[in-house]
Amino acid sequence: MRKPYKLIFEKHCIDRRAADLPALDVPKMDGLVPQACLGEALPLPSLSEMDLVRHYTGLSRRNFGVDNGSYPLGSCTMKYNPKLNEELTAHFNDLHPLLDDDALSAAYELQFALDRALCAVCGMDKFTLQPAAGAHGELTGLMVMRSYHNMRQDFLRAEMLIPDAAHGTNPASATMAGFKAVELKSLPDGGVDVEALKQAVSEKTAGLMLTNPNTLGLFEKNILEITQIVHDAGGLVYYDGANINAIMGKARPGDMGFDVMHVNLHKSFGTPHGGGGPGAGPVGVKKELIPFLPAPLIMKKNGRARPDYDRPLSIGRVKAFNGNFGVLVKAYAYILSLGADGLREASEAAVLNANYLRHYLKDVYELPYDGLCMHEFVLTPGALNEQGIHNVDIAKALIDYGYHPPTISFPLIVREAMMFEPTETESREDLDGLIYALRQIAETAKTDPDSLRSAPLTTPVGRPDETRAARNPIVIAPLSSSDRL
Amino acid sequence: MRSYVANSKREMAEMLNAIGVTDMDALFMDIPWDARCKRQLSLDDGKSEIEVRRKFDAYDTSAARLPLFMGAGAYRHYIPAVVPALLARSEFYTAYTPYQAEMSQGMLQGIFEYQTYMCRLTGMDVSNASVYDGATACAETMIALRAATRKNKILYSAALHPEYIQTMRTYARFTGFELVEIPFTENGETDLMYAVRHTQAAAGMIAASPNFYGVIEDIAQMADFSHTAGILFVTVSNPLSLGLLKRPGDVGADFCVGEGQPLGIPLSAGGPYLGFMAANKTYMRNLPGRIVGQTEDAWGNRAFVLTLQAREQHIRREKASSNICSNQSLCALTAAMYLGAMGPAGLKEVALQCLQKAHYLYDGIHSIPAFAARYPKSAFFHEFVTDYKGDAIALNSKLKEKGFIGGLPLCRYFKGDTGLLFCATEVLTRSEIDGFLNALEVAVK
Repeated sequence: MRKPYKLIFEKHCIDRRAADLPALDVPKMDGLVPQACLGEALPLPSLSEMDLVRHYTGLSRRNFGVDNGSYPLGSCTMKYNPKLNEELTAHFNDLHPLLDDDALSAAYELQFALDRALCAVCGMDKFTLQPAAGAHGELTGLMVMRSYHNMRQDFLRAEMLIPDAAHGTNPASATMAGFKAVELKSLPDGGVDVEALKQAVSEKTAGLMLTNPNTLGLFEKNILEITQIVHDAGGLVYYDGANINAIMGKARPGDMGFDVMHVNLHKSFGTPHGGGGPGAGPVGVKKELIPFLPAPLIMKKNGRARPDYDRPLSIGRVKAFNGNFGVLVKAYAYILSLGADGLREASEAAVLNANYLRHYLKDVYELPYDGLCMHEFVLTPGALNEQGIHNVDIAKALIDYGYHPPTISFPLIVREAMMFEPTETESREDLDGLIYALRQIAETAKTDPDSLRSAPLTTPVGRPDETRAARNPIVIAPLSSSDRL
Repeated sequence: MRSYVANSKREMAEMLNAIGVTDMDALFMDIPWDARCKRQLSLDDGKSEIEVRRKFDAYDTSAARLPLFMGAGAYRHYIPAVVPALLARSEFYTAYTPYQAEMSQGMLQGIFEYQTYMCRLTGMDVSNASVYDGATACAETMIALRAATRKNKILYSAALHPEYIQTMRTYARFTGFELVEIPFTENGETDLMYAVRHTQAAAGMIAASPNFYGVIEDIAQMADFSHTAGILFVTVSNPLSLGLLKRPGDVGADFCVGEGQPLGIPLSAGGPYLGFMAANKTYMRNLPGRIVGQTEDAWGNRAFVLTLQAREQHIRREKASSNICSNQSLCALTAAMYLGAMGPAGLKEVALQCLQKAHYLYDGIHSIPAFAARYPKSAFFHEFVTDYKGDAIALNSKLKEKGFIGGLPLCRYFKGDTGLLFCATEVLTRSEIDGFLNALEVAVK
């Protein structure tokens, strides 16, 4: 059943050839590069085009994407990626990023329009589209906050308050922006402890980073009071937009008192995750923070969208060229397609799907916090732990039913968390299938727990030994004698 | 209006009913009244697929079809049809980061092969799974150098890409780095005589070859210089040039990083691209971001997983080696597919044709009296700087009227700089180059 799959390097066959080039059509010159700078033959594999096609088609069959089935990975918003949007990037494929402004006019107009649309959805005044990912956006936004305080000669504000329920990138980004990350204990429902926040803020507070709905999928009921407390203490509030798929058209971070935020275009705005990237993490700010955004910033001048380089207070560049432009194209097409009503309906359907799933699972697993949820929710194995069954066993068993597992062991504040986010693009049958599988697994956990511990059985490999991988790291294939040319 | 919501309105009403919720609004009760949207978002109404397509068809991207004589960190190369065809497998592009290894072996193996490819290309021992782009690869390398040496001072060559330097400066802004720019000589080479005065207490030196101005620098000499001074050496490489040039790993570079875009990734107005980072194995744990490792399952089958995660943000939080929690997986896969399609012979041929065509262009341009090569004594790969006494921007406008994209006016980055940075790659035909030379000659008259 489980057959070994060769590495591409193990398929090497001397003198095979896939792509070719036309013969050189200019006179060949010799001695252009000093001998000392010339390299030797590279130990790369030679393959035919068919070899290559079979290899990667085989690899694709050993992978699982949203197109293969439900992917309720919490906090990751694995929604359908529209095929139209994949095609539209082709318009821009051959555009060089350093062309003059007129030649890139279309690209700048698109970026400006996307900035305006994101401002409308989020209640912000300006977005930079330069950051390449959510974490990159966090870093950018935090440096903007830092520059703001420095500009005001407020150099003591070096503490960034971050709830213990936050994504790991929050404290890591804070460190990279030169802040001291200060952990804020959350309430059992993952919400901010308002009294603890009041105690924590001081003249050293640069700001607070918050995800809302939080990582347990619950909306902060006290959000207006929370942002007020931080503002009163002289700090700014950062919105981690990872969960904005729950509230598009329903509520806007800008209206809740947030000053800076990022959105993950690859989550809420339908661009594919690409197996880990590329994504894009535009950063939006309120008016008073616009001067600090990365340069260049796309602005309208005489009715035309153009990059503005003359931004003396800017934090500078965070990336070369125009951001992950191809991703921006897809997100813009997504927003154009859905419009205001479509975005709101997407959020409503996402929240409904999560509540539906939760409703039919809460009697067989444990809900750490009851009540309605937003776009995602957290379960734990509860009493199944007594059978020696852990969240990881449930996740792996789900694979054998043809579903991608939920996010496991996050947020850290819930022991053995399993975080489900079905998204709006799953149908009722998909959800019913997932519910059936999870209920069967809960049943099997009682009757035959050992079978769960050996899951998954239907995949190309069983559970890999991760400890061994970390203890004795093998991160590249060894060079064998047959690899030599 | 397009909708990608799966369920119909009727089904949603049934689902609400099934879970005992009165209506959709009840699901959003937790949002305080004062924070709710009271009216529709100010966006246009949604559009049908045809309307969206029409909107994109109306964008004028005609410059994309003109012969291109500009590089400067982003290059037009031929991308074999097999590469985009394989990338269109949606098992790859609609997947998330491969956290669940058993159902992600395809991507994990693909990235493991990418890491191997990058090491074989650069001659380094280890590679990460990639970062955002060449600029952030340089910025992340500063952090890795500091972690590896516990020193804050970083020397970098002024001949790095200006946007990489800008990005490094941003990353260094609030974190106590001391950045020292090493100027370059009249031959366009990093000035080691200047650098020698600044190596005291430095972590390392970052320099490119070919550098931003196209000059092939002596990386062996720079590596020796750095190691003699007791600092680490980082080469920023164009991976495609390694089809021809000596590998950084073979001359003792400690890190080799750069922009992987030339390996089959379209220009796409600036991204997404591919930041690659390879290193000597001593510094494996200083690399940021994802790394794929090989292991076995309980039955002894070879299996791949994300590994060395103790460096990463989801475990280490504020003490992580970087905040990065993704890689450019699909772009890394593209680079591996491109290298697979070209093979060693094809890669060498691309590099040689770039070299030859750029030199043909160089000779042609400098036979026109208005142009003077800036670094005539230095070897170059596929880019070179030419000084032009006239207005470079006006020159480019004239060329565009004739249907060509000219070189990059260096005044874009350096006020008053009279240089143009020209590039030729394998996709330009001799007749296009000849046509361009004619247009240049007419334009400067």
